[in-house]
Amino acid sequence: MHMRGRILLLGGAIGLVAAALSGCGGTDSGAILIGEFASLTGKEATFGISSHQGTALAVEEINAAGGILGRPLELRTEDDQSKAGEPANVVNKLISRDGVVAVLGEVASSRSLEAAPVCQANKVPMISPASTNPKVTESGDYIFRVCFIDPFQGTVMANFASKTLRARKVAVFTDVKSDYSKGLAKFFKEGFVKAGGQICAELDFNGGDKDFKAQLTAIKAAAPDAVFVPGYYTDVAIICIQAKQLQLSVPFFGGDGWESEKLVEIGGAAMEGHYFSTHYAADNPTPRITAFVEAYKKRYAGKTPDAMAALGYDSVMFLADGIKRAGGTEASGLRQALAETKEFEGVTGKMAMNSQRDAVKAAVILQIKGGKFRYMATVAP
Amino acid sequence: MFSRSPLSLPTACQGAKRWLIAAVLCSILLSFGQFNRYYLGVAMDVGINIILAVSLNLINGYTGQFSLGHAGFMAVGAYTAAKFSLVFAVAAPEPARPVLFLVALVLGGAVAALSGLAVGIPSLRLKGDYLAIVTLGFGEIIRVIVQNLEAVGAASGLKGIPKYTTLGWTFALASVTVYVVVSLVNSTYGRGFIAVKDDEVAASSMGINPVRYKVTAFVVGAFFAGIAGGLYAHHKQFLAPTGFDFLKSIDIVVMVILGGMGRTASVALAAVVLTLLPEVLRPVSEYRMILYALLIIGLMMARPQGLFAFGRRAVK
Amino acid sequence: MEFLQQLINGLALGSIYALIALGYTMVYGVLRFINFAHSDVLMLGAFSAYYLAPAVARVLPLPSIGGALVVGLLACLICAGLGVLIERLAYRPLRSRPKLTVLITAIGVSLFIEYTGQHRAVFGADTKRFPELMPGTEFHLGSLIVGSNDLVVLVTTLLLLAGLWFIVHRTKVGTAMRAVSHNQQAAALMGVDINRIIAFTFALGSALAAVAGILYALKAPGIDPLMGVQPGLRAFIAAVLGGIGNLPGAALGGLVIGLLETFAGGISGLSNYRDGIAFAILILILLFRPAGLLGKVTVEKV
Repeated sequence: MHMRGRILLLGGAIGLVAAALSGCGGTDSGAILIGEFASLTGKEATFGISSHQGTALAVEEINAAGGILGRPLELRTEDDQSKAGEPANVVNKLISRDGVVAVLGEVASSRSLEAAPVCQANKVPMISPASTNPKVTESGDYIFRVCFIDPFQGTVMANFASKTLRARKVAVFTDVKSDYSKGLAKFFKEGFVKAGGQICAELDFNGGDKDFKAQLTAIKAAAPDAVFVPGYYTDVAIICIQAKQLQLSVPFFGGDGWESEKLVEIGGAAMEGHYFSTHYAADNPTPRITAFVEAYKKRYAGKTPDAMAALGYDSVMFLADGIKRAGGTEASGLRQALAETKEFEGVTGKMAMNSQRDAVKAAVILQIKGGKFRYMATVAP
Repeated sequence: MFSRSPLSLPTACQGAKRWLIAAVLCSILLSFGQFNRYYLGVAMDVGINIILAVSLNLINGYTGQFSLGHAGFMAVGAYTAAKFSLVFAVAAPEPARPVLFLVALVLGGAVAALSGLAVGIPSLRLKGDYLAIVTLGFGEIIRVIVQNLEAVGAASGLKGIPKYTTLGWTFALASVTVYVVVSLVNSTYGRGFIAVKDDEVAASSMGINPVRYKVTAFVVGAFFAGIAGGLYAHHKQFLAPTGFDFLKSIDIVVMVILGGMGRTASVALAAVVLTLLPEVLRPVSEYRMILYALLIIGLMMARPQGLFAFGRRAVK
Repeated sequence: MEFLQQLINGLALGSIYALIALGYTMVYGVLRFINFAHSDVLMLGAFSAYYLAPAVARVLPLPSIGGALVVGLLACLICAGLGVLIERLAYRPLRSRPKLTVLITAIGVSLFIEYTGQHRAVFGADTKRFPELMPGTEFHLGSLIVGSNDLVVLVTTLLLLAGLWFIVHRTKVGTAMRAVSHNQQAAALMGVDINRIIAFTFALGSALAAVAGILYALKAPGIDPLMGVQPGLRAFIAAVLGGIGNLPGAALGGLVIGLLETFAGGISGLSNYRDGIAFAILILILLFRPAGLLGKVTVEKV
């Protein structure tokens, strides 16, 4: 009995290993295989799903228009469960087993940072849609991104605070769990102090917290002219609601993490009059943006694309543009073509790659008014 | 700490040493092979998880404590080893690197062992759920500290760690872990762990000092978790504090329970299966975690003694 | 002034933790195991209310106190049912097994609820706007601000604490609960229907979780399938801090943690360690009082 059980189990284990080891390697169908890794489940799934939806939409559109160089695109998507340790595995799988020619991902900088050395070691171009931490592309010359970086965004918001808001004293409220938030806070503080402003209070929260009154009470006591909250919309909406309850009625402002229709849906009236910088304005009447927003709404049950979705979309378009110019998918040629991008027109604006392979592009500043995002200004680098 | 050397084994265990040498040699040979990088990466994950599960089994399985903070020890080892490599190894000449890597790993293990001592001491007074929550809390405190420590990158993580971990290193150290834990538990000294687990009061009336055994289990367990952390750091080349949260500890606990508490070979096998399973389930990634949860529940109902627990208890 | 405002904030936060901790501690008191899935039942309570509110709004005006009560009661019933179901399917088959087995199963149940909730066919991973069930205002005392929601939480917690205490110590079913807690076999021999008492305990605990979930969602009206994890962990600490199994202890533990977190959160340079503070305090207290603040030290008999 025991012996049989043991043999059965051994068989099962071998089966599992075999199943893991088997599977297809690359395609010969003529399709261009591209990989994507995203947080489709777990803590940050809501951001990963957005960017994935934008990515998938772009692939569908390209294929409907006849593909690139006459070849269709095939997207292989892997979920990293918002977990550290997963991206390295997932990207290894995409590259070594599936044989993708390029990798797209991720939104969170910490997971892009884990995947980047793998892509670099395998010499497969990686394009991050929305990781704004400057360190991401330092991993090597195969790593690109289609978004601007935190130092730029931080400076934009510092100038905005001192010039447009005419704030002298600003409180900074940072999400300590998020590298994005900490990075943006750091560059904002540097820029704002340089512009002659004063940081009157620095407090922290943990992403996912639901009670911010302790910190907001301390911020209120410091009597700031405005409050900078570089966080994600899920937290920001609750922060603004509780700030309103505590009658902390100064302007709040933040970065691209704010952008989602959920911000206003959850925050409601508490969001009125606040500002944030982001990659694009969905209500911009440019034909390119209108077409994208309409297509996205049609494809995803009326949902307005947020910044992550727009950047996911652009990451595919940017790659497609590179493949076209390189005339194929050979890695070093493709890398070269991507690095030499001078003028790529995406839904999130016109961009060029700099020597660090970061996108140089404008940021837009939006204000929340009447429950809508109102375009205020475009800040070119 | 040891009253007798754990290596003074009964004759039955002498064969184990030969196995150990064979396993280490095989591991070293393996690292010269050329493999698909994905399989290679997963194989290294397997080895690292074997070390984690087998070392936790010493605390939870053999000694009957309940630690939910193994990821914390792993984090201590990972960050210590990675920081050491970043400061010393990167600038060192090529031939010195394997030696420095070993130093980094052992240093990581040693610092983790110290933190194991720090957790082991409160465990003297606490039992069951209270101990579980304290170890869980310890793991979370480590994560919060790392998250605020600029020297190791704080929330943005520690990047650029050299890729020193190979299949050879991983499995050689996994073999050593298995060997040490098995030898320790099978030694005359080590019978005390099981005595403490089975009946603390009876054990102490037989002259076994439960305090010493509990602390030893935590220190040795934490040491190997630290080693595993060091391997992990030099395998993934990037560390983020969120990777060492409470869920990571749960993953390791599940490996121990799935294998069968207090059975080293079964626990190692469970570590293999539970590392491969999520990879096999990738095609149905939407349902992956749901299936994982169902597996835990189903197992507890069908085979609470552990999926791979056959026959007598490994140590009798 | 800032100190007093923080005191109010802390009490408001603490009473939520206390409310959740009551559920943990009650199940523990009877069954001697930590129901990890409690925080997920809390989430299910909030989601029940989220889906019920539009339906109730057709009959009763919302936001209104009456409407909120109806939504709350229905959500309590749903969660009580789910709690009984979880106990029946996952925990009852394991009742005679070691406590560790049940603890791991509870972790499995918790993960199952969370990840099933995240699936797009169920709730989806995105944050949803929780409807305004009750008209909320702020009261001003000089420069101090007290939210009406916070008062509701505090009063509810105190009422439920008193109600639970009454049930456990003054009713027949409570006597049976205490009997089961002391010795299941003996209680069964005395004619106590163990299954019914345990099912009742779970129903009560889950209804408490539903109330806590709704109040928590009213405080921070963005709900998602993982919303229970963080307050659940804090409340779990609170329950252990107060002496697990002890009702007033859970309430006390919740208040202590809420106050400490609030005061730490308001200090620049300390607010970044907020996640670890509850644990650090817990470990310190357990070093001196291994059975928690109000728990009794049990001496092992040989």
